Amino acid sequence: MNTFYLYGRYVSISFKSQLQYKASFLLQLVGHLLITVIDFFGIWALFARFNSIGTWQLPEVALFYGVINISFATADALGRGFDSMWRMTKNGDFDRLLLRPRSTVLQLLGTEFTLKRIGRFVQGFVVMVWSLTTLHVKLNLQTIWLLGASFIGSVALFLGIVIIQATLTFWTIESLEIMNVLTYGGVETAQYPLGIYSKWFQQFFTFIIPLGCVSYFPLVAVLGKDISVPLWFCYLSPMAGIVFLIIALKLWKVGEKYYCSTGS
Amino acid sequence: MNAYWSLFIARFALLLQYRTAALAGVATQFFWGFVKVMVLEAFFTHTTSAQPITFRETVAYIWLGQAFLFAVVPWGGDKDIQELIRSGAVGYDLLRPTDLYNFWLTRALALRTAPIILRAVPLLCITAFVFPLVGIGQWSLTFSPSFAAFIAFVISFIGAILLSSALTMLFTVSMMWTISGDGVNNFLPPLIIVFSGMIVPLPLFPEWLKPLLNALPFSGLVDKPFRLFTGNLPFNSLPSVLLHQAFWILVFIILGRLLVNRGVKKLVIQGG
Repeated sequence: MNTFYLYGRYVSISFKSQLQYKASFLLQLVGHLLITVIDFFGIWALFARFNSIGTWQLPEVALFYGVINISFATADALGRGFDSMWRMTKNGDFDRLLLRPRSTVLQLLGTEFTLKRIGRFVQGFVVMVWSLTTLHVKLNLQTIWLLGASFIGSVALFLGIVIIQATLTFWTIESLEIMNVLTYGGVETAQYPLGIYSKWFQQFFTFIIPLGCVSYFPLVAVLGKDISVPLWFCYLSPMAGIVFLIIALKLWKVGEKYYCSTGS
Repeated sequence: MNAYWSLFIARFALLLQYRTAALAGVATQFFWGFVKVMVLEAFFTHTTSAQPITFRETVAYIWLGQAFLFAVVPWGGDKDIQELIRSGAVGYDLLRPTDLYNFWLTRALALRTAPIILRAVPLLCITAFVFPLVGIGQWSLTFSPSFAAFIAFVISFIGAILLSSALTMLFTVSMMWTISGDGVNNFLPPLIIVFSGMIVPLPLFPEWLKPLLNALPFSGLVDKPFRLFTGNLPFNSLPSVLLHQAFWILVFIILGRLLVNRGVKKLVIQGG
């Protein structure tokens, strides 16, 4: 219980510090919103030209787009502290976290809860609601389970990726930009149904990075589309994101043991 | 002129030092390119109507875009100069016996050309020559249909670099007015990215938007040079492309000079 209370304190302090510079904060928020709106404008333009992508219409693709964006915005806001991990290992600040009587994961999660990600979240949410109403998707127990599981699974998966990225810095002491392929690239990929991509690409994002499990399968079930996967699997596949997060946390523990201060 | 040339060479050599970062960047660009190519392939294979740009041309357009991403898209100002303005060290630059605008524009030119060597060359070589060998020839970068098209691309590409540098200067100078540099640097890049054709090739936008997209300066950064390369835009449209670029380069340089002059007048050197 104490852990949750402490995390709440961390978050409230983070909110206060971000709202110190109100004008700057608002500009960043609007800037973020603009980027994501323009992003969707690009997708809209393609559909205006081609009408459909295979068997998929714009409102259907919008569901994938909306859910993955609200998930990523949430994960990004939560896991911001892990993003600056490479700096902490480089200048030795990580030592301070180790001295405190709380787990490093909690402290890093509490470093910053980034509010400007609200821009992406709001835009993704609007797109998702538009999609659900246009397609007349009924909100019953099944669809709420599928949407909720997809959201939680995706947040867990993205957090897991960010944690693995941070774990690697124990060895490299450098920021690993290349991992952005999995976070930002993952969002870019999952904005469209996974089925449109090449086989090897689908397999990579199902078995190695289970992006398809948390986004594609459950949302296909929401849309009632027919793909060659049993329906029960769609209900359970988002668990893969949580499993991924657990593995990431285990790796983090291993990395932490290996950590050797740079001494600066 | 000599001073500017030496500055250009020095900046260029400095920027070439960031090789590992560039290598990671190339890998990222490959990934992005693959996703874009596959998405557009899916769109193209299921369409029955003729499009204003073919799939092969689109693929070339995408790979050129990934290759020259940091050369032609002005992502923001020159971070080093902005830091100088923030810290007050800009005083040194004011003391130099060179024109301040030209001095900074030279740095901007180096900033935009260095990525060509580091990022574009490896990416273009692999997409053009290795892809057909490993059996993904349908995704490879096809070469210009004629030598004339290639020459037209090279000429208009130089125009694009100048245009991009002139825009970079506007970002850099905005720092003299805002200090935090948040405003313009946050809003403009997303607009530039979409209106230049970097997100979706401009020919694929709705017809009613095209007059606006073509008139805006940003089509001169990405869209027009790339379409000259693929032959989607015929060789004889080169003069109009160059005129469009020259017009906007002039506008941005005049605007930039004005802002620098006004900025220097009101500049307060922070700290001591």
